[in-house]
Amino acid sequence: MDLFEYQGKSLYQKFNINHPNSKLIKNLNDLNDPINLNFPVVVKAQVQVGGRGKAGGIKVAKDINELSQYSEEILGMDIKGHKVEILLLEEASNILEEYYISFTLDRSEKKYLIMLSAKGGMDIEQVAEENPDDLVKFHVSPSEKLTSSTISELINKANLNKDHEESLSEIIENLYLMFTEGDCDLVEVNPLAVTDNGVMALDSKVSLDMNAKYKHPYFDDFEQEIPIPESEKNAKEKGLNFIKLDGSVGIIGNGAGLVMSTLDVVAENGGKAANFLDIGGGAKAETVSSALEVLEADQNVKSVLINIFGGITRCDLVAEGIIEATKGKELVWPIIIRLDGTNSLEGLEILKANPNEKIFIEESMDSAAKLAVQKGL
Amino acid sequence: MSILIDENTKVVVQGLTGREGQFHALRNRDYGTKIVAGTRPGKGGENVEGIPIFDDVEKAVSETDANVALTFVPPAFAKDAVLEAAFGGCELIVCITEGIPAKDEAEMYDILKKETKASLLGPNCPGLISPGKANVGIMPHEITLPGNIGVVSRSGTLTYQAVHELTNLNIGQSTCIGIGGDPVPGMSFIDVIEKFQADSETEGIVMIGEIGGTAEEEAGDFIKQNVTKPVVSYIAGVTAPPGKKMGHAGAIVSGNKGTAEAKIQALTDAGAIVVKTPTEIGKAMKDVING
Repeated sequence: MDLFEYQGKSLYQKFNINHPNSKLIKNLNDLNDPINLNFPVVVKAQVQVGGRGKAGGIKVAKDINELSQYSEEILGMDIKGHKVEILLLEEASNILEEYYISFTLDRSEKKYLIMLSAKGGMDIEQVAEENPDDLVKFHVSPSEKLTSSTISELINKANLNKDHEESLSEIIENLYLMFTEGDCDLVEVNPLAVTDNGVMALDSKVSLDMNAKYKHPYFDDFEQEIPIPESEKNAKEKGLNFIKLDGSVGIIGNGAGLVMSTLDVVAENGGKAANFLDIGGGAKAETVSSALEVLEADQNVKSVLINIFGGITRCDLVAEGIIEATKGKELVWPIIIRLDGTNSLEGLEILKANPNEKIFIEESMDSAAKLAVQKGL
Repeated sequence: MSILIDENTKVVVQGLTGREGQFHALRNRDYGTKIVAGTRPGKGGENVEGIPIFDDVEKAVSETDANVALTFVPPAFAKDAVLEAAFGGCELIVCITEGIPAKDEAEMYDILKKETKASLLGPNCPGLISPGKANVGIMPHEITLPGNIGVVSRSGTLTYQAVHELTNLNIGQSTCIGIGGDPVPGMSFIDVIEKFQADSETEGIVMIGEIGGTAEEEAGDFIKQNVTKPVVSYIAGVTAPPGKKMGHAGAIVSGNKGTAEAKIQALTDAGAIVVKTPTEIGKAMKDVING
């Protein structure tokens, strides 16, 4: 789960990572209280999309009047489809040097990857492409500690300013702890800056590993602060894995791989999927009926394709869910069903015992997709 | 022959006393798999439907000669369970558990690699089956057929789909393996394909990948260099919306890799036959083995 900048910075607080003094505001009235920050103050739009600076979402205010003016301008602003609802007000730093540092898991090496560069504050992807030697990459074995001698070596290799080695070392060590102990998928700081007030993490790009939620109660608080798109709210409340797409064939399937593949097969047959909806393994009848309810809310859906290959999931329960959700109802769209695998015969019998002129059963994934595309024209 | 498991495989089930563990272990036993033991701390001496329970894996191994562990324990305890199985003497650990934190997976893999000789399949995988010999995991055995094609896949349900297509055309399988789609899987495509290449009874390989990561591209390089048996491949996610990028760091690491196009290209370059839909897998393999 990707965090807002201010959420990432609250983790900096937790892990003793030096960052600017700041205050969060959600409406202009919040400025009536003393803000307790030294000017100049940077006003930063909190949105989960890149390029907010260019879009006018970051401004430096030299006094309280400018602060009010900029806050008013930026709050409510639309940045690439994201409405600005929160502002982070931060004491501006006098920057002497800007570095880049990130921590991720390198999946092909199966090790943690630290990337460090003296060329921070700019497009690091461009640095990596044009001057790969300026980006130091270092792998850490997950079962070993990151030692201070390794950190010192990294600082040296990346040509960071040796005068600040001690504070750089400390901040790198704490960022690494935040990445590992804090179960982050990504910690990226650009810039990591040397300022008049010491070495500081000026920005934060943090993503959390939600599988580790049980270890960190605060993951839940962060999650509640992140808005869910209107079209996905309903599905999320029902515990379904749903992503809205822009086609007209509604898709319900089990297992991410099979659902992805179903989208492809619909496209192969000239159609376009309206969504990705994975009911997961071991779905109950109830899960299937709520999946159908979610699709009902989408005006773009013209036909629905249910593609199930039972493993842990039992096809008879899926069939029961379909009947439950459709019995005695005037269906708004045709439903094309393909059931295979565990208890598929029982499932098909249930469907045949409850005929509905808008429900069609197909034997293969291909023929089902084809019919769903045709019926949706 | 088959790879990794066969009729002589002896399985110890971690989490046999839980609902999921018990359901699937008994199903595996009904299929003919030798489920010789279960573990649950503090429950040693008890039994589940005649399968003896031991306090730990080491004890289970010394009493029953179990050589494969099947793990159903909850995510918070999975890392310790897998390590216990490896240090307890199991040569293969099949971890079904879904939802293990990536850091736990990375640490677990690192320790296994440095300090043990055990192989890990999964986590978050459906396990594996050598049709007619043994089923270790949660795959529906009804769709399989003994034979000579090796199947390896990242996705559970797509594995079933592929096996089903083969069986429908009367093409049997030597071993079917789901490696799982987690950030740090134990065995990779390459580990499995290498074993299929070396297995005298496997005549062809089906490899099913999906978008994200670089495992398929790496497998492509390996196939090009080392595999002489025919490979039929399918990649899911051609039309899927691009997944989120892990910051600039993620973009730098993955470069141009990870997309369906890049994977299809890598496998085509390696000489694999890449089909457009899962339904075509069976027919493509049939055409290949019939020359």
